[in-house]
Amino acid sequence: MNFLSFLISGVSLGGIYALIALGYTMVYGIAKMLNFAHGDVIMIGGYMAYTLCSTMGMNPMIGVIGSVAVCTLLGVTIERFAYKPLRTAAPLAVLITAIGVSYLLQNLALLIFGSAAKSFTSVVSIKGISLFDGELVVSGETLVTIVVSVVIMIALTLFVNKTKPGRAMRAVSEDKGAAQLMGVNVNATIALTFAIGSALAAVAGLLLCSSYPSLSPYTGAMPGIKAFTAAVFGGIGSIPGAMIGGILLGIIENLSKGYISTELSDAIVFSILIIILLVKPTGILGKKISEKV
Amino acid sequence: MSLLEIKNLGVMFGGLRAVDNFSLTLEKGDLYGLIGPNGAGKTTVFNLITGVYKPTSGTFFLDGKELKGKTPEQISKAGIARTFQNIRLFNNLSVLDNVKLGLHNRMKYSTLEGVLRLPKFFKKEKEMDEEAMKLLKVFSLEEEADVQAGSLPYGKQRKLEIARALATDPKLLLLDEPAAGMNPSETQELMDTIRFVRSEFSMTILLIEHDMKLVSGICEKVTVLNFGTELTKGETSKVLNDPEVIKAYLGD
Amino acid sequence: MKKNIKAVKPATKTSLITYAIVAVLFLIVIIMDATGAMSSLFRGLLVPICTYAILAVSLNLVVGILGELSLGHAGFMCVGAYASAFFSVLTEDTITNAWIRFPLALIIGGISAAIFGIIIGIPVLRLKGDYLAIVTLAFGEIIKNIVTVLYVGIDSKGLHFSAESSMALGLEPDGKNIIKGALGITGMPKDSNFYIAFAILLVTLIVAYNLVNSRSGRAIMSIRDNRIAAESIGINVTKYKLIVFALSAFFAGLAGVLYSHNLSSLTANTNNFGYNMSILILVIVVLGGIGSIRGSVISAIILTALPELLRSVKEYRMLVYAIVLIAMMIFNNSEKTKNLRSSISLKKFAEAKLKTRKGGTK
Repeated sequence: MNFLSFLISGVSLGGIYALIALGYTMVYGIAKMLNFAHGDVIMIGGYMAYTLCSTMGMNPMIGVIGSVAVCTLLGVTIERFAYKPLRTAAPLAVLITAIGVSYLLQNLALLIFGSAAKSFTSVVSIKGISLFDGELVVSGETLVTIVVSVVIMIALTLFVNKTKPGRAMRAVSEDKGAAQLMGVNVNATIALTFAIGSALAAVAGLLLCSSYPSLSPYTGAMPGIKAFTAAVFGGIGSIPGAMIGGILLGIIENLSKGYISTELSDAIVFSILIIILLVKPTGILGKKISEKV
Repeated sequence: MSLLEIKNLGVMFGGLRAVDNFSLTLEKGDLYGLIGPNGAGKTTVFNLITGVYKPTSGTFFLDGKELKGKTPEQISKAGIARTFQNIRLFNNLSVLDNVKLGLHNRMKYSTLEGVLRLPKFFKKEKEMDEEAMKLLKVFSLEEEADVQAGSLPYGKQRKLEIARALATDPKLLLLDEPAAGMNPSETQELMDTIRFVRSEFSMTILLIEHDMKLVSGICEKVTVLNFGTELTKGETSKVLNDPEVIKAYLGD
Repeated sequence: MKKNIKAVKPATKTSLITYAIVAVLFLIVIIMDATGAMSSLFRGLLVPICTYAILAVSLNLVVGILGELSLGHAGFMCVGAYASAFFSVLTEDTITNAWIRFPLALIIGGISAAIFGIIIGIPVLRLKGDYLAIVTLAFGEIIKNIVTVLYVGIDSKGLHFSAESSMALGLEPDGKNIIKGALGITGMPKDSNFYIAFAILLVTLIVAYNLVNSRSGRAIMSIRDNRIAAESIGINVTKYKLIVFALSAFFAGLAGVLYSHNLSSLTANTNNFGYNMSILILVIVVLGGIGSIRGSVISAIILTALPELLRSVKEYRMLVYAIVLIAMMIFNNSEKTKNLRSSISLKKFAEAKLKTRKGGTK
């Protein structure tokens, strides 16, 4: 029964990772950059909801909407002012800029909200369920997380495969130049990708803070890096890959917390990242990219 | 024994045959042209015989030594040097340092000798400076020795790339579209340089080029590639007048 | 016409100016110390300044000279700090002379970190760019993570290791538990001092400059500028990458030794050996100028001393770093500013050319 409980909460955590990983993977596919600040968008989303609900006492639903709206705007703004000028720059410069943005968001939050962790009130009001005579309790947060992440993944897959902007996104990630020649607005498509990725990050942030109700300026950093691990696990650039990678990683993390060591669970997750990158750098579903000579 | 012997070389990229059943034999001192329409697989041949790509079939020998499956580093040491279609210099380093890097495996001292500034460091560095300046003079680049390679004008970058390749003291020099982006007078100058390099260093040269004036001006023999396979080969003047070749270039 | 080989090469000049700057700063400190003009706050900053400068120069070898981003630099510092602190606590009673003990601690710390650099380097070198950055970050976190659960003790039977608790070590009654998990190591001799730290900084600078201006340094920079071209002229890319990683880790390890022996108790957390520290070192390198060794030193001095001396800016310093980091990257690399700068440097080049022509032809 313990195993089942670890598994279910692992799937729930994995769903959150998957939502974050989707943002990484879509941005990586299209802008060919590792958006280091993606994890910190989660944290900003959390603080937004905290301010609206806990400080100003508004309805959780308003908190959710406000938080998603702010993060979407934030993602687009970051892209426009920090990354767009560097489209043609060396990868090292882009990566350092992204780290700079991450650093900026963390320290802004630190100045505004302070370093002490806030206790986050869950935005989920559904009651948990109890199975097998109370031997297995699944919290409302866990249920909602699983349902929400599944719904979003289906919606996103449909969007990317069936709609015109979705097609444009796939075209840009395949070949930016050719897409431009075919009349795709590359800048708008990249901005849209950042918008969607950041909105998903906001949702992931709310679910994360609801399940693990402690919010600090560094809340987003670790889940961000782990979600990147998940994206690499599944194959960077691949949407189904990010989902599978996220869920697997969540399960692995929770099982290692349960059966090996809580302190070492991060080390285990990172070891997995390293092993994957060395054995199969393209991940489960990724494509091989080679440099043209 | 022939200097370069390529036997039935081929490579597949995701089910696509980029080069198929390609054979070529070069004797010492040859100046040979590899021509063909865009996408015919010319640069891929270069990438195969410099180890950038691994061939899926066939093999090749330099001076009788099989080099199939070797890394670019090993192939450079074996004696093949090249230039690139899209110039690849060490842009942030000086012109002199670019050529000195070509000397890397010829004049050696260890990292420790360098860090501790032992006598060998000074001796070898002096030798390298002298040798590199000699090469720069051949290409009239000695005035720019301290200039950053990336800030050289285009024509000089092409020359510097050849100088760097020669610094490795190769047996075979591969030039990938050396005249690309040059005006007629620069091309004329380049032809003189290539002839000079060949006689001065008694070099064997294989070059890819689209400029037919250059090809007919300096190459004795050519091979025409089309769709990854050999269309024809032979004496340059004959091949260039072959209706099949003209058709391949102009399309049907 | 014979080309005049200049008496002093530009690269040599760069290093000489740096040595001069560092020497002058050293003299200022000595004079301040002798005349009693140094506040205790400032005195306390001397070792940290040297430590950060060493960290920044060593990271710059990877970022600026090799052109790869390492986000796990603090991990190497951690290895150096722990290995040497372990040694010093262990031998405090047997080797009582600090002038013998501390150099040994430095060697042990540096070499342990270099070994980790090589262990990590071998697999990591197959990767590049974003993937290499994220894997170095992962390694750094793993090192920090393991150190916080590690218990090591010693008794007559030898070393005992555990990942659970001090009790699990099963030490004999007279055994000594040296590394105590999250509590770290306590009771190090305070062997660090400004003179040793300064000497190590000087050694770091000399090695860094001599490496850059040598055959190996050129090879490393050629990999940075164009890996494919470097391979095509027979450069052993793996060997040189490994040399850089090992050397960079070695000096980070030395910095770790200086750091740990400047404290009385040593624990690992995000701010000293984790991601935050790695980023802080990166910030120092970027602000000093990627690839500029002198810049790293000056930047380390300013970024370490300024927030301490001007308390009012301390609160905002991280924010300012972040903004400057982004602004510098955009200014140095965006298409628009690039064109601007290249037009300036082309003009300089044309002028220089004109001068040599004038000098050359009579």
